[in-house]
Amino acid sequence: MTTIEKLTRKDFMSDQEVRWCPGCGDYSILAAVQLLLPELNAEKHNTVFISGIGCAARFPYYMNTYGVHSIHGRAPAVASGLAITRPDLDVWVIGGDGDMLSIGGNHLIHALRRNINMVVVMFNNQIYGLTKGQYSPTSEVGKVTKSSPFGSADQPFNPISLAIGAEATFVARTHDMDRAHMQFVLKKAHEHKGASFVEIYQNCNVFNDGAFESITGKENRQDKLLILQDGEPILFGKDNAYGIAPDPSGGIRIVEVAKEGMEHVLVHDAKKKDPSLAFALSRLGISNEEPRPIGIFRDIEREDYGTSLLTQQQNVLQKQGKGALDKLFRSQSTWVVEE
Amino acid sequence: MTLEADKAKINLDSLVIRFAGDSGDGMQVTGDRFTAGSAILGNDVATFPNYPAEIRAPAGTIAGVSAFQVQIADHDIYTPGDFPTVLVAMNPAALKANIADLPPGGVVICNSDAFDQRSLEKAGYAANPLEDGSLDIYKLYGVPITSLTLEACKGIGAKPRDAERSKNFFALGLVSWLYDRPYQPTLDFIRMRYAKNSQVVEANTLAFNAGRYFGETAEVFESSYTVPASKLPPGEYTNITGNTALSWGLIAAARQASLPMFLGSYPITPASDILHELSKHKAFDVTTFQAEDEIAAVCSALGAAFGGAIGVTTTSGPGIDLKSETVGLAVSLELPLVIIDIQRGGPSTGLPTKTEQSDLLHVMFGRHGEAPVPIVAAATPAHCFEAATEAVRIALTYRTPVYLLSDGYLANGAEPFRIPAEAELPEIKVEFATKANKVLPDGREVFWPYLRDEKTLARPWALPGTKGLEHRIGGIEKADGSGNISYDPLNHELMVQVRQAKVEGISKDLPDLEVDDPDQANVLVMGWGSTYGTIVASVNNLRQSGYSIARAHLMYLNPFPRNLADVLSKYDKVLIPEMNSGQLAFLIRSKFLKNVTQLNKIQGVPFKTSEIEAALITMATESK
Repeated sequence: MTTIEKLTRKDFMSDQEVRWCPGCGDYSILAAVQLLLPELNAEKHNTVFISGIGCAARFPYYMNTYGVHSIHGRAPAVASGLAITRPDLDVWVIGGDGDMLSIGGNHLIHALRRNINMVVVMFNNQIYGLTKGQYSPTSEVGKVTKSSPFGSADQPFNPISLAIGAEATFVARTHDMDRAHMQFVLKKAHEHKGASFVEIYQNCNVFNDGAFESITGKENRQDKLLILQDGEPILFGKDNAYGIAPDPSGGIRIVEVAKEGMEHVLVHDAKKKDPSLAFALSRLGISNEEPRPIGIFRDIEREDYGTSLLTQQQNVLQKQGKGALDKLFRSQSTWVVEE
Repeated sequence: MTLEADKAKINLDSLVIRFAGDSGDGMQVTGDRFTAGSAILGNDVATFPNYPAEIRAPAGTIAGVSAFQVQIADHDIYTPGDFPTVLVAMNPAALKANIADLPPGGVVICNSDAFDQRSLEKAGYAANPLEDGSLDIYKLYGVPITSLTLEACKGIGAKPRDAERSKNFFALGLVSWLYDRPYQPTLDFIRMRYAKNSQVVEANTLAFNAGRYFGETAEVFESSYTVPASKLPPGEYTNITGNTALSWGLIAAARQASLPMFLGSYPITPASDILHELSKHKAFDVTTFQAEDEIAAVCSALGAAFGGAIGVTTTSGPGIDLKSETVGLAVSLELPLVIIDIQRGGPSTGLPTKTEQSDLLHVMFGRHGEAPVPIVAAATPAHCFEAATEAVRIALTYRTPVYLLSDGYLANGAEPFRIPAEAELPEIKVEFATKANKVLPDGREVFWPYLRDEKTLARPWALPGTKGLEHRIGGIEKADGSGNISYDPLNHELMVQVRQAKVEGISKDLPDLEVDDPDQANVLVMGWGSTYGTIVASVNNLRQSGYSIARAHLMYLNPFPRNLADVLSKYDKVLIPEMNSGQLAFLIRSKFLKNVTQLNKIQGVPFKTSEIEAALITMATESK
């Protein structure tokens, strides 16, 4: 009989000194993941973290698992090759908003639509940190940075809307100030078969300090953070006084529960095939008056890419048997030249 | 060409036939079938498809002409022939685009139905060349191919527009009769290829037979010709294109190494056929992944290599540009990876369907930092097989990315491939790391991913899933041995030197460059890649005329074979013919301080033997 040794956070910590800036939100994400993996019964040798370039991309060096620190933007592509050929592994992709949405935007959307079995964790700090403070594809319009002294003219991406639009089967958001919520979301993402996309609001205290303070700050959470819970009415605010209801225009609207009645409040259903509600929820909070939802927007079942390929291969093997070179070489007409 | 008169048939020792028509006329299929029929007869064959980049350029224009040239012979041949001896032209544009290549006395078979006023104007003819005497120096046959095809298919109820599509098979039937090719393989091919549409099978069969019978009965042709079988070395053969040979080579190498293969690829001319071929072979544990772009193609292959597969990516020049950063990462990660470049004319989009050897310096130097990558080049379509197995062997043995160079000429050209016995395939052994390889001063046993094999300097390949060997690798400079991030100046210098030494050390494992020099010549002609056939044919011709010429061909371009300096020092004069502006010549000069003579052709078409012969005659005459 083999006894399964219960691992701890320490088992998942590598011997490398963590070198993020003191006070960086990355520390709390790293701790959350290192603490979570033993809970998931993850095995070090079957776990791989793959990253691109950026502050977040240093993550694999700090995990005592297998890891690849690749090149800027390409982590989802590197991870795709690994996840497809090695379905036995737990593949995690770590990156920032610049890495995943700017230089690597193409790979992210294609990995999501193909539903390749991996967890994609995007640390969103709305700034380029490693290059010392330029606006990123999630920075707000008008953002003054080193490369935009007169304010950024770029319309930012909404990462959740983008992931839903890219046919992602699991889309969630959490933030670095709430370890329990981070772990809840990451656990669900890990359970999901296929590509899981998790956006984590992460504070860069050097180049974009307090970017999410108005939402995730302790005194603001009650009014500005809407926590999505599957199967529960979508409520927020003090005493859950407000809710989300369907709007006759086709979208959603914020209602006072006391006025409109609980029966009008939408019940969250992440498993809905139709992505309309998830998409509508992803648009909430673009204006500062509205609350910003966190939690799981979408969690649907669709066969993952690796499994589809494996099925194809098994069908071929069943029909043709294992490939034989001498047959392959004679698959076209041949002739013999005698001595 | 020599003719042996025979009552019924005239024996030819070789025949070069070019089929030319509109790009929608099916000339590639026609040429391909003629080749297949000849190969079955035991002729040596070599082909050169030449088609426009546009899928359907305006019909009837010169831009839309598609051609397929094949040489068949009763002896070993090395090229598809400099000039056609027979031209089949399906319309005026095809005639106009190709007639200049036909030597006087050559045979021209034209579809006379296509020579109407409008088509003549489109091709830029003021008068009908079939009638104005301008083709008098040729043996001209005007055959109403379109109307005869329509007539043949009348009974099956096909619309005339559909029936007309079979006219290429009429032409094929006609030349099959004229040059005594077997009919049955083509009839079988028609039945299988078009099995989904019985009307098409019927129309093509009727047209093909009508072409044969026309030749037999119309008495237009004075006699028919035949090319006897050639004397290839004994063995079983199949006719194969470079891209197919390359695909099979990869499959064979993966089988020899007992590893799965992963191909990450993005469609690009002229490399896509490798993706098509490999995607059929799931039964060989081959996974093909059509990626979102060239970068994802190579990155996914590298990711698969990290997991223990043979990672392969296929592309052409523009794709190499995009993959370069990832190839640099592979140099740093020291993982096996095979990057296949089917070269085409550049720069930029350049000439997508034309051949060139212009990426040599790109794959040699085209990465930032100092990132050495071994380079292997295929010499002939069938040789693509061996080049592919070699590229895989080097990548696996030395844990390095390897560039495999082919080009458009090899990719689409075909020749007989002697089917190897399994025992003839190279031995490819891979050992994965299974346990700790380093004892630390405190007695702990750990795994160091950059602790190298002393002989090969390869680092251990530890696959995810192996207990106790968890490690992190990345593009940041690593400490020698432990592989941890290191910004130490001396360590960086050491790592740059070690990576270089590893690649240079591969030469210990490579065969010496063979020189074909039966009579101690002063002049050496040395090539690489697809110029092989033309160089061999040129040298053989010159030796028959009494010249002494030595010949060598480089398959390994980085590192070079160990004896290359010696070889170069033995010859007063060295000619390097290349389909570029002198890239190998540049490498040879800078590495060996040897002045070499360049012969360059950058026209998107291969050298003719006459061009290489002329250059060699000048050099040989001067050195007497």
